[in-house]
Amino acid sequence: MLLQLKLPSIRLNKEISVEEKKIELNKVDEFPPMPVSLGSMRVNKTSSWRNFRPIIDGEKCIGCGICWKFCPEPAIFPTNPPEVDYDYCKGCGICIANCPVDAITRQDETK
Amino acid sequence: MNEKKELRLSIPKEEVLQPGHLACQGCGASLAMRYALKALGRDIIVDIPACCWAVIDGPFPYSATNIPIYHTAFETAAAVASGVTNGLKAIGNDHTTVMAWAGDGGTFDIGIQALSGAAERNDDIIYTVYDNEAYMNTGIQRSSATPHGAWTTTTPVKHYRKGWKKDLDSIMVAHGIPYLATASIAYPEDMIKKYLKAQKIKGTKFIHVYAPCPTGWKSDPAMTIHLAKMVVETNIFPLYEVENGKYKINIKPKNRKPLDEYLAMQGRFKHLPQEEIEYLQRTFDEKWEILLKKEEHFG
Amino acid sequence: MKTVMNGDFAASYGAMTSDVKFVAAYPITPQTLIVEKLSELVADGELDASFVKVESEHSAMAACIGAQAAGIRTFTATSSQGLLLMCEVLHWAARARLPIVLANVNRAVAPGWSIWADAQDSISQRDTGWMQVYAENNQDVYDSILMAYKIAEDNDVLLPMMVNLDAFFLSHTSEVVDLIDNDKAKEFLPAYDPEYKLDPKNPRAFGALTSPEHYFEFTYKMFEAMEVAKKKITQVGKEFGDIFGRYYDMTESYKIDDAETVLVTFGTIAGTAKESVDRLRKEGKKVGNLKIRVFRPFPAEQIIDALKNAKRVVVIDRDYSYGNEGAFYTEIKGALYDANLRIDTYGMIAGLGGRDVSTTVIKEIVEKAETSEPNKTYFIGVKK
Repeated sequence: MLLQLKLPSIRLNKEISVEEKKIELNKVDEFPPMPVSLGSMRVNKTSSWRNFRPIIDGEKCIGCGICWKFCPEPAIFPTNPPEVDYDYCKGCGICIANCPVDAITRQDETK
Repeated sequence: MNEKKELRLSIPKEEVLQPGHLACQGCGASLAMRYALKALGRDIIVDIPACCWAVIDGPFPYSATNIPIYHTAFETAAAVASGVTNGLKAIGNDHTTVMAWAGDGGTFDIGIQALSGAAERNDDIIYTVYDNEAYMNTGIQRSSATPHGAWTTTTPVKHYRKGWKKDLDSIMVAHGIPYLATASIAYPEDMIKKYLKAQKIKGTKFIHVYAPCPTGWKSDPAMTIHLAKMVVETNIFPLYEVENGKYKINIKPKNRKPLDEYLAMQGRFKHLPQEEIEYLQRTFDEKWEILLKKEEHFG
Repeated sequence: MKTVMNGDFAASYGAMTSDVKFVAAYPITPQTLIVEKLSELVADGELDASFVKVESEHSAMAACIGAQAAGIRTFTATSSQGLLLMCEVLHWAARARLPIVLANVNRAVAPGWSIWADAQDSISQRDTGWMQVYAENNQDVYDSILMAYKIAEDNDVLLPMMVNLDAFFLSHTSEVVDLIDNDKAKEFLPAYDPEYKLDPKNPRAFGALTSPEHYFEFTYKMFEAMEVAKKKITQVGKEFGDIFGRYYDMTESYKIDDAETVLVTFGTIAGTAKESVDRLRKEGKKVGNLKIRVFRPFPAEQIIDALKNAKRVVVIDRDYSYGNEGAFYTEIKGALYDANLRIDTYGMIAGLGGRDVSTTVIKEIVEKAETSEPNKTYFIGVKK
């Protein structure tokens, strides 16, 4: 049932900004009246939080989708085999710990 | 592996929550929001009091969710949501989902008055408490949701938390609200179904989500899902629904797991003597029996 | 339409004429008549609004914040302890730039329990970012609420406004109030349509973590908005007068042109002071009165202009800033100092906890000023 589920759609006045656009506010006149979001947190690449990176072995992968499902960022693309978005992966290791066939390994980040 | 096949998906594919947010590694609260928004979609307004999520969504001028979010004072999650939902209804908007999204401190403690008010009036909101069992955003101080035996910075090892986690779910049931559910981030399919159900019901819906906090529990970030699963398998945090007073337990573990392993995975219980562990086990088993009886009598 | 009503009802009708769509309130004496009347107006369908009967004043303001943030015109009313309980969320409403209007019945603060007139409640909320009006009579209460929405909702203002009325002297005293026709009111005050609101079609997060890099600018923007508000209050007061025949400004001068002694008053004391001025003038004393109708933003320019020729400035405060003096007194002196005006000033604390400030008391105050050392604070009527 959930597989077919589509999100209730809504027509937006403009495209949701998921662009990685840094907002520069250099003068007070450029500020909105109250603190209100003007862009997406995607500008914040969290890859530097990581001590190790998960490596998905496409040969071993059975395409179960568990790593994608449990990623808290989310930083795994739902392709088959899934791909890690290394721009954002914080290296929590949830995907590695939950892979039923041990297809994901950890590789230490070289400092 | 079959190249042609698509990845098997058991929850909606579309992501509302975007990466780049400020949750710690392995944060259960970020998964909770990711799943909730997968169910509820974008025709929604969410208010967030002081809690981890006041930070997770990102600082001005950014947002990780890209839905209408209203950050608000600690004790006001339910009251602000009441204002939004009743205000929208006054101008004829009956379709937008209004959700309060608060931590356990903002719900069990400082926000309980406003929550009780909204529930008593049966205002049309979904109230989510993502429960990480302490004031995590301020640096791991005990709340009334902190379990017996746990270490926090205000219940140090020599003086660890004594007393039981407040039974807020029963308090909410006693308000006679149309829908209450518990959920765990280790069971996203179950959780999403509950949000979808809540969205269709008019009145106050209360969803209590178990959301492990590796930072505050001193657990391995990789073990977040394991903890959220074990808490259900040990009957510490049963998954159930109360719909118009009728109890339904969603998962009844065939062989209840002992809680030793669950406790051992968390630094916050490291100091516990064996008799305390036995006491915890006995009490959780008793609480489970009570829940079974509730289902039997009020199912 | 002229009718007789008490000040609380005037506040309720003020909200109705302003076409509010949302009310959240909690009862407290002597504000109760406001919520009772509004409940009735909503139940009878005269006011098409949602009325949420919340469990506290804190939640009343929080609910108004939620509704107003969703783009809906809201109203609430409270008094004394209730206003104090709201303190945190009063700040929130202002910094969130939500043009909420609140009627506060000025009542003393406990302990001991006192339900009588005293401005300590609203004065202690002076620095929350709310504009503050002090009404002299019930017509002022009604008109001020309608004008408050127009001023507060201005795109260059976007600040909440508190309309204060004295406990019992206005809240429970019946006077003639001229009610404005709904259609005419709508012409004066168009529907609320803010640029920034909670809208799924234009999703934004409001009030997120704001670093030292940005926080300061938001406070500066409130400074700018308050400066604009000064002009708007005068402008809207004139516009209101042109349409409805009753003119308002931030201050009101009464017989000050040749006055040697100028009383500075607010709230109902201002009305009594004007009567006192007439009586004292009959005795040959050159006395005038300056009413401070708006306390925030502070009308320093108008005050300087009104007081520049006075020999004595006598400020009557129905409040006391513990450890210093009356709040109005401090601020009036500050304005005079900025204008290099070295005038003898007298801080007169009177009427606390609902004690009557009659024409006799005001006469006593003027005599006290004439015979006492200037630049000091005096408590009038303390039993010694």
